[in-house]
Order: sequence, then structure tokens, then C-alpha cells
Amino acid sequence: MKAFTQLTGTAAPLLEKGKPMSNVDTDMIIPKQFLKTTERTGLSKGLFHELKTLSDGSSRPDFVLNRPEYATASILIAGENFGCGSSREHAPWALLDQGITCVIAPSFADIFHNNCYKNGILPVRLPVDVCQKLADQAGGSNHVFTVNLEAQIVTGPDGEIYAFEVDAGRKSNLMAGLDEIGSSLTAAGEIDTFEAQRRVSMPWLEKAS
Amino acid sequence: MAGKTLYDKIWDSHLVHTDESGESLLYIDLHLIHEVTTPQAFAGLKAAGRGVRRRDLTLAVADHNTPTENQAAGLAGVTDPDARNQLETLTRNVAEYDIEYFPMGDIRNGIVHVVGPEQGRTQPGMTIVCGDSHTSTHGAFGALAHGIGTSEVEHVLATQTLRARKSKNMAIQVSGSLKEGVTAKDLALHIISVIGTAGGTGYVMEYRGDAIRNLSMEGRMTLCNLAIEGGARAGLVAPDETTFEYIKGRPAAPKGGAWDVAKSFWTTLYSDDDAVFDEIVHIKGEEVEPTLTWGTSPEQAIPLSGIIPKPEDFSDPVKAAACERALAYMGLEGGTPIKGTPVQRVFIGSCTNSRIEDLRAAAEVAKGNTVAEGVRAMVVPGSGLVRAQAESEGLDEIFLEAGFEWREPGCSMCLGMNPDTLAPGERCASTSNRNFEGRQGRDGRTHLMSPTLAARAAIQGVIG
Repeated sequence: MKAFTQLTGTAAPLLEKGKPMSNVDTDMIIPKQFLKTTERTGLSKGLFHELKTLSDGSSRPDFVLNRPEYATASILIAGENFGCGSSREHAPWALLDQGITCVIAPSFADIFHNNCYKNGILPVRLPVDVCQKLADQAGGSNHVFTVNLEAQIVTGPDGEIYAFEVDAGRKSNLMAGLDEIGSSLTAAGEIDTFEAQRRVSMPWLEKAS
Repeated sequence: MAGKTLYDKIWDSHLVHTDESGESLLYIDLHLIHEVTTPQAFAGLKAAGRGVRRRDLTLAVADHNTPTENQAAGLAGVTDPDARNQLETLTRNVAEYDIEYFPMGDIRNGIVHVVGPEQGRTQPGMTIVCGDSHTSTHGAFGALAHGIGTSEVEHVLATQTLRARKSKNMAIQVSGSLKEGVTAKDLALHIISVIGTAGGTGYVMEYRGDAIRNLSMEGRMTLCNLAIEGGARAGLVAPDETTFEYIKGRPAAPKGGAWDVAKSFWTTLYSDDDAVFDEIVHIKGEEVEPTLTWGTSPEQAIPLSGIIPKPEDFSDPVKAAACERALAYMGLEGGTPIKGTPVQRVFIGSCTNSRIEDLRAAAEVAKGNTVAEGVRAMVVPGSGLVRAQAESEGLDEIFLEAGFEWREPGCSMCLGMNPDTLAPGERCASTSNRNFEGRQGRDGRTHLMSPTLAARAAIQGVIG
């Protein structure tokens, strides 16, 4: 996993009637036909597929990520409950493949939120009115945002600074680009001990297979 | 000191390690895997030279991609090359790591959340994970069960633990009893319409109260299945005699003396009287009506007798905008009754409603009737064993005589990864769990409802 420390780049706002779109589900982020891959890469072609294409498969020119000024955006701004629905990790993989490493929204669904941290993507929670303000300023090209994980602040194009909360453990893992499995395996002795106790206290679970 | 909730008890008994940041390693008793969310996890294991720690606590099925006809032809009969590749990849991986596997065509094969309970692998007090959000289903047995991402699948394969942070406790207290004809599906949709799709975010939800006690295991599974649609990490129902009766005698259930030991432990799995919930939601069982969705989010649900809302009915501008978008997508007009809306497709199946009780309920409606002209209706049993049970009861003949298609098991049109999908503009009465835009096929329109209502829509050609 690539470490996340600080990000400077442009932001793409995902809007519905001028407001950051709420309840963006993972089916919308990447529909089912793109889940048949055995790879983690190459998924940007499926990112927001039904929003970015017309029924005949041609590109929908007014979709935010199809507009030239947002093509290189590294931040996505959306509404409440972003990433709800299916657990598919293809959703953060598709964002990553598009070059998006930070999503700013008022709230995130639980599994998607977890999946972001496993892939070097920072989900930033900011209040609804701040998300609206940032979305209004996200004009692409030279409207540059900075997300500083160390200091836990987002700086908007107008220079205004917004602080955000992040779990301390998740922050340090993300900043280190930690191999979580390797780190968990340092507790292998404790897992052994737990299993030995489990064999004694719940023997029927050993025979459940 | 306050007592513990059921969730507290299961959490505490599975803690292996907690670091200074509050992140814990939770031991996992059962890891269910399927073809879609595991290829990258096995590839990661291999690249790091790691093995599977507890292959005996891992069970694999093929379900998301599998066609629901001609399964006897095997993988060679899967026409979509990408789907076939994913199924072949799972077959290779489970062989390499010697993991128990119910492949397509095996009578024990089916939707992962139907198979686990059916085999007796799902038991009270366990921790259960799967790379699928509807893993919450297994909470019906008083097991802590939830979906995980593929990176976490790899973590569980390698360590048999999950990195987790404790959620908060929510009680959904359903008093009284459900009215005649009101099912667990109606209750589940009603609850989500009350709390919203993010209402449970950050919580584990325990369903409590008399109305819950009176539900069958199938009903409890439907309810917990939809906990994730209310945003909760997991749903729970404390185990009782109904639970024990369901488990007893199943292939992986404890036998002989082990049964008694296990059962006496299971009876300790309930929330203490003085346990504290961070949030309590009260629902009166009698007030729940047959309920279905009109929009593109599970929270956009109304009673069958209800009126489709208009954007101006919502004071919250975000909800008003969502209503406007949903009405346009669904091709519906606010202010009109939902009853009488014509459907072209009917889907009875999915991990929400494909168990024997669901098929019996649908067959009761179908019996002696005929599917309306212009409607294509499919029944997809949740597993090979459910299918066989239904056939032994003659349900297949009832469906076939009425003009329903009687298919082979799998996830099917719930998410349309296999050939079962909606065409653009088609409206479907569906017993599944998500009515998101494009879920069942691009520009397809999904109304979530119970098997009874879906079968009625098939016969009448309209919702009603």
C-alpha cells in the first residue's frame, strides 16, 4: 500500500442539483459488470460507469470526470453516506486507478470507509456546509486544494483551512503505508494462545467443519 | 458495573489483542468465501509467500456469477469468459490451499448466506466474515457476522483474525406482534424507512422484543440480512429454542455430548437486563404494514396502501433532491398510489428471500393462478438443497404450472452478474435487497418487497 501523507491537487465535485450527491452506493461507483476481474488495476474504466456514459455506451460530456478541467482531479467531493451498499473493494480500487486518493464527504458507509484505509485512500469527514463550500470552489484546473494528514487539515483554493478528525491508529498506518498482515502476524503468539484456549473452551467449533 | 449486550459478549470472547490506538485483532470462527471478492486476496497471499492459517474454518462456494440454468454442464457451460475465469480461479485457489468447496452443481451449493446456516456451519456466539455485505444474515443465529473487503479477506486467510474497532450498540425493540400477512421483509423495510440507510452506521443492531421472538429462523435471517441496508455493521438476534431447533441435526452441528455443552453455552448469549444500549429504536409490531420500495434506496419505502411521495413532501433538501432523482429514474409520479403500478419482471430469490419458507409463501399465491401476460417471473432457490426440498413438496410444479420459471440456485438477478438481468426501462417486483440505480441491469427499475407481494405482482401484472 502506498503511504498517504500530504496531497496537493484539484477536486471533482459529484453533484446532484448543485448539492454534493448523497447515498452514492458502490454499485454506482463501480457496477457489477466490472467485478469479474481477478486484478486490482485497470478499474477506472468502470468508475461511475452509468453516470459517465449514455445508454449507447458513448461518453456523457457533462459528467464531472469527463470534463477536461477535472480529468486529473485527485480529490472527490460528495454528500452523505458515501460508499453505501456492497462491500466490493473494487470501488476504492477504481478510484485509485482514476488517481483519486482522497474523498471528502459528510459521512461514509462503514465497509467502504474501512476499504479506503486498506488502499491508501484518505476518507475525510467534514460537515455538510463545508462540503458544499468546497464543492463550490472546486473549479478544476488551477483551483488547488491541499490535504495534510499529519496536521489533519484541508486547505481550500481560497486559503481557508478546515480541520478534520481521524483515528490515530489509522492515521499512522496510512502515513506509513503499513503492511497490515505483516504487522498483525507479529501477534502470532497471541493468536496461537487464543486458539489453544478455544480448543478447550469451545471444542465443538473445532469439529464444525 | 453495567451488564453486557450480546454484541459485547461476543466481542469480548473473541479478542486476541488490542493495540494502544484501540484497534483490536478479533478471532474469526468462520470465513465464507466466494469467487468475486477473493481472487485478489489469494494473489496477495501468494505474492507474499503466506499460507491459509485455518483452512478448516474456511468454506468456499460459487454463487455470484453462476448461471441459473444448465449447471450440470459445469464451468465449460458458463458462456461469459470473465465469469468463467473467476470461477476457475476460485476452483484453482481452493484446490491449492485445500479449502472445502461446494462448487456449482453440487447439491450443497448455493448462495453463501443460505449455505452456511443450512449446513449448520453458522452457530450462535461465533464471529463470521465474508467478502459480501449481506454476511449480516448470519446474525439471526446470535453470531457476530459482517461483510469485509478483499484486503480483509486476505488478512483473515493469513491470520484467522480481523483488525476491527468496536462498534456502538443499538437496540431495535419491536413490541407486540406482526399482523397476519406481514412478514420479516415488511418489518425490515419498515425499520429502514424509519432509521434511514445511514441510521445504523457505526452500530451493531440487536433486534429484540416479542415480535422478533415469534419470527422463524428464515424470518430472522431476512431481517438481519437487511441490517446492512440500514447502515449497521451487523444485525443480531439472541438465540433461543427456535434457533437450537433449526441447528440441531444439520451436518456441522455439534453432536451427542458436544451438543449439550454447546447448547448450554448458547443459552448464555443474550443482552443482560442492565446492559446499556447507545441508541434504542422502538417499533410497534402492529403498526407495520406490507411494505415495499418506490425509489432507488431501501429507505424509500412505503406501505402497499401508500402514496408515492413528491419532492416537496421532504423538508430536508438532500432528501427532496434524492426523491426527485429517484422518481425520474423509476419513471413514477409523486402523489399517486403505488398500488396498480405495472411490472414486466418478477424475481423471487436472493440471500434475502430464497429459503424454503419464502418459496412456500410465493407458491401459496401462485397456486392455481397464472402469471399475467407480458410478465416474466423467475424463482431462484437459494441452494440446491432448498431446490430439492421445494421439489419434494411439489412447489416446482405449482410455479411451473402458473408460468413461473423454476431456476437453479445462485445470486442471480439480485445483482445481475450472471445472465439474469433487467433490460433498460423494465420494472421488476423483486424479493432482493437493493433497489439502487442499475443494480439489476442498466436503467432497470427495482421494487423491493416480500415473496408474497412479488408473487401477487406476477399474477396481477401490477403491484398490489
